[in-house]
Amino acid sequence: MRIHLYIPCFVDQLFPKAGMAMVEILEKLGHTVEFEESIACCGQPAFNSGYWEEARKVAARTIEGLESAETVVIGSGSCGAMIHKFYPELFKETPLSEKANALAAKTFEFSDFLVRKLGVTDLGAKFPHKVTFHDGCHGLRELGIKNQPRQLLSHVQGLSLVEMKEAESCCGFGGTFSAKFPLISSAMGDVKCTSALETEAEYIVSSDSSCLMQIQGLLSRQKKPLKTIHLAEVLVSR
Amino acid sequence: MSATYAQDFKENSGRMSQDLTHRAVIKKALNAYELKRDENRSKYLDWQEARQAAAEIKWEAINHLDRYLLEMTEKLEARGTKVFWAANAEEARNYVIQLSQEKKVKSIIKSKTMTSEEIHLNSALEKLGYDVIESDLGEYIVQLNDEPPYHLVFPAMHLTRTQIQAIFKNKLGSNTSDQPEELTMVARDIMRQKYLTADMGISGANFGVAETGMISITENEGNARLTTSFPKIHVALMGIEKVLPKLGDLALFLPLLATAGGGQQITCYNTMIGGPRQKEEVDGPEEFHLVLIDNRRTELLSDTEQRDALHCIRCAACLNVCPIFKSSGGHSYGTTYQGPIGSVITPHLRGLQDWKHLSSASSLCASCTDVCPVKIDIHHHLLHNRRNAVSQSPVWWEKILFIGFSAVTAFPSLFQASLKVARFFQPLHGFIKGSILDPARAWTQTRDLPEIPAKSFRQQWKQRS
Repeated sequence: MRIHLYIPCFVDQLFPKAGMAMVEILEKLGHTVEFEESIACCGQPAFNSGYWEEARKVAARTIEGLESAETVVIGSGSCGAMIHKFYPELFKETPLSEKANALAAKTFEFSDFLVRKLGVTDLGAKFPHKVTFHDGCHGLRELGIKNQPRQLLSHVQGLSLVEMKEAESCCGFGGTFSAKFPLISSAMGDVKCTSALETEAEYIVSSDSSCLMQIQGLLSRQKKPLKTIHLAEVLVSR
Repeated sequence: MSATYAQDFKENSGRMSQDLTHRAVIKKALNAYELKRDENRSKYLDWQEARQAAAEIKWEAINHLDRYLLEMTEKLEARGTKVFWAANAEEARNYVIQLSQEKKVKSIIKSKTMTSEEIHLNSALEKLGYDVIESDLGEYIVQLNDEPPYHLVFPAMHLTRTQIQAIFKNKLGSNTSDQPEELTMVARDIMRQKYLTADMGISGANFGVAETGMISITENEGNARLTTSFPKIHVALMGIEKVLPKLGDLALFLPLLATAGGGQQITCYNTMIGGPRQKEEVDGPEEFHLVLIDNRRTELLSDTEQRDALHCIRCAACLNVCPIFKSSGGHSYGTTYQGPIGSVITPHLRGLQDWKHLSSASSLCASCTDVCPVKIDIHHHLLHNRRNAVSQSPVWWEKILFIGFSAVTAFPSLFQASLKVARFFQPLHGFIKGSILDPARAWTQTRDLPEIPAKSFRQQWKQRS
C-alpha cells in the first residue's frame, strides 16, 4: 500500500525518533511510505484558540498537499482528530468542504491503522519492561481508540502492561491551554504522574508525543525516575 | 470588567490548583460518588441507549418549547396556579419581592434551587429584611458560611465535617462532635421550627411536565417536600428549558438524573406538584406561584449550533469528571453554574466577552461530553465559544501570533529555521529557566522542556532519500 505518513509538527521537530519508528514499522510491513514536505502543521493551535480563519489557511495546505494521497497515517491522536473530525467542521460550507471530507475519510491514527486497517498486532518487538499506557484524550474520546494500542503492546515480548487508575484522565497538556493556564495544566499532569507512579512501571507509553512532552516535563522537573516513550518506539525495539 | 472576571479566575484557579488539601477533599468526595455512579449505571440495560433516548426527548421539548410551555401552564392555571413569565432576573426577583410584600411575608424557607442563585434572590430578599433560610443541608451550610454553592449538586462538597462542625459552632453555638448524624440533627432541629413558622416556601423545579401540567422535584432529604407543602404560599422558580412533553418521560429522567448526579438509582423523595391545595384536599399550600425564567435562555435557543446546551438537567455529572473543576474548585469560576456546562452557558447568560476565558480554560479532553446524560456536545461548544469570541473581537496579540503561525507553517523551511534558532539557544536556556526572563516561563515554571534533537524528522527523511 502507498501510505502517506503525516508527521505532526512537534514530532517532526522534537520527537523525530517516534516518526522514524513509524516509517520503519510501515516499511517493514511492506508498504511504501511517503512524506509530504510542504506540510508543516495541521492548524490545530489556531483552531483551538478560536482563530478559525488562520487555521483554515494552514489546514488548506494540508488538504491540498494530501489530495493525491491514497491513505494517510498520522502519528498522533490529537492531530488525527483535527483532520478526521474537525476539518469537516472547519471547512463546512466552504469550497474545500468536499476535499476536507475526503481527507478525513482516508486518514487514520497510527495504532488504529495497524490494528483495524491492516489487521496487524504482532510486530515482533521486544521490550522487557513494565509499562503503563496513557490514553490521549483526542484519540480516546474523539476517535474512539482504546484497545488498538493495547493489542499492539500485548504482543511485545517481555513487556508487561499495568493499567493506571487515571489512564483515561487528561494529562493537562491541551495545546495552548498548557501555557494559558499553566498551574491548572500542571495540577492535572500531577494527577496523571501520581497515578502512573503508583503502578511502579518503568515507562509511560502513549500514542501522543504532546501528552508525553507534558508528562515527561513534570517528571523530569520532579526528578522522578519514570520515563516516557511513544508507542511506535516500543514497537521497533528489539 | 472582562479583565476582572478573567483575572479573578486565573488567580483563584491557579491558587486552588496548588492546594493539595483541597484536591484531596474533592478526590475523596468524588471517589465515593464514582463508585456508586458506576454501580448504578451498570443496572441500566444499556446506559448509552438511555442517554440517546433522553437526548431525543430533550431535543423534542427544546425545539417545541413554545407549545410545551403553554400546554403545561394552561393546565397549571386551570388548577389555580399563578404563572409568571419572567424575561430576566430582575423581573423574577421583583415578582417574588412584590408577592412577599403583598402577603406580608416575614419568614421564607427555601429548598435547593440553582435558578434562585442565578437571579440572586437571597441577597435581594435579605436586603429588604426578610428572614431567608436554606433547608437543603449543603445549601444551609454554605449559607451559614457566607459563600455561594461550590457545586451544582453538592454545594458544600469542599468542606470537611470538621470544618462544618466549626461553622455550626461559630454560627449556631452548637456543641456537637463532627459526626454527620449529630451535625444533621442540629440543622434539623432548626429547620423543623422554620417549616412551621415560614409564610413562604421557595423551591426550584427539576422538571416540568406539559402533558399533566406539573412540576417535578427530586431530592434526598425531604426538605423540598416540606418547603413546598407547609408554608401557605409556595413559589417555584423554573428555567423555561426544564419542561418535558410527557409524564412518562420522568420514568427515564428521574433515575437518569439520580444516577448521573448523585450516583443513586433513584433519589429518596420525588414530588409532583400540579397546583395549590384543591377544594377537596386537606393540606398543601393555599397559593402556588410558578415563576418561569427566561433570562437569555431564548437567545441560546436561537443559536442552532449550541441549542442543545438547553438540554441540561443540572446533574453536574460533567463537573464530577472534569479535571479543570477538580483542580480549580467550584468557587474559582465565579459563576452560578460551575464546571464544563457552566463554561458553555455562562457566556450566553452573562456575556461572551466577559466570560470567554472559561471556554479557554479547558484542555478539551471531552470527559464532560462523554458522561453527559442528555448528550450535550459540551467540549465542542467550548470551541464554538472560542471561535465566536474571536470573530466578535479578536485579541490583537493573538491575532498577530496566529497570522504569524499561518505564515510560518506555509513555508516549512521557515518553520525549520525558527526551530534551528531555538536549538541554538537551548543550551543557554538553563540560565534563565523558569525565571521571569524566560520566554517559555508559562511552561518552565513547573515543567522541563524536551531536549531539541540534533536532527528533525524532516532532515532525517531527506538524508534517507
